[in-house]
Amino acid sequence: MRFAVLQFPGSNCDQDAFNAIRDVLKQPVRYAWHKDTRIDPDETILVPGGFSYGDYLRCGAIARFSPIMGAVKAAAARGQTVLGICNGFQILCEAGLLPGALVRNTGLHFLCETVTLTVANSRTRFTSLTRDGDTLRIPIAHGEGNYRVDPETLKAMEDRGQIVFRYAGGAPNGSLADIAGVCSKEGNVLGMMPHPERACEPILGSADGLKIFQSLLNH
Amino acid sequence: MKAIVTVTPKKSILDPQGDAVRKAIHHLGMECVESVRVGKHIELEISGTNLEKTREKLDQVAKELLSNPVIEDYKIEIQ
Repeated sequence: MRFAVLQFPGSNCDQDAFNAIRDVLKQPVRYAWHKDTRIDPDETILVPGGFSYGDYLRCGAIARFSPIMGAVKAAAARGQTVLGICNGFQILCEAGLLPGALVRNTGLHFLCETVTLTVANSRTRFTSLTRDGDTLRIPIAHGEGNYRVDPETLKAMEDRGQIVFRYAGGAPNGSLADIAGVCSKEGNVLGMMPHPERACEPILGSADGLKIFQSLLNH
Repeated sequence: MKAIVTVTPKKSILDPQGDAVRKAIHHLGMECVESVRVGKHIELEISGTNLEKTREKLDQVAKELLSNPVIEDYKIEIQ
C-alpha cells in the first residue's frame, strides 16, 4: 500500500507519520507538498498534525485552500483512503470532507497526555483489526480538539456508525459525546485528534496506534 | 471603502474563552457581568464603488473563509 503524507507550512507531525509508515509498517511512502496537485489513484493520504499556516483564523481554515487539497477532495470522492490526525482532522472538517468542527478545549489548556480510546465502530477500514469496545492507548496533543456538531447530524452519524473512536471515561477536552474520531458517510475518510503515529512502537510507550495502520493494510 | 466582519461563536456553542474572561472580570470586582463571548473583528480595505456587488461577494467570503458556519455567526458592516 502506497502512502502520501501531506506537508503544509507548519505541519510538525509529518516526519513521525512518514517514519511510522516506512520503518514500522514497512510500506512505500512519500511527502506531498501543499503546492503539489498530484495524488496518485492508489495512494492512501495522511493529513498530519501540527499548526498549518500558524492556525491563523481557525485551525485548518487556510490549509483547506491549498492546491493539494483539490487533489485530496477528488481522491476522497473516488473512494481513496484519507486519514487526518489532529490538525489533519481540523483541516478535513474545514474542507467539508468530515462533518462538524473542532473548537477550544473546555478547560482552555493545551492537553498533552496519553489517553485511552474505545473503538466505537470496528467495521471501518481503519479499525478492521479491532473489535467494538477494544481500548487503545494513544497520545493526544492539542488545544482545539473539542468536537462540535449539531444534534441532528450527530444523531445521523451515530446511526450510520460514523463515530469511530471515543475517549474512555470522558473526553478530557469537552468533546461532544466523548468523540475522538469520526469517519465520512462512505467510511473512507477518518479524522481523529489522538496521534496513532506516535504510538507505533513499544519504546514510545504504546504500539496501539499501529493497529489503525495495520487495519488499513488488512482491509 | 472599509468593511468590518465580526465573527462570534454561535449561541449554542460553549465559549470556554469567553467564560474564562467573564471569571477574570469578576476578579476585577465587576460581578454584574453575566456572560462574555469572545469573537473576531476583521477589517478589510476594499477598492471599488459597487456596494451591492461587494456586499454579495463579501458575504460569500465570510461564509466560506472568515467564519465556520458550524460553530460561528458573522455580521458584515460596510462603511
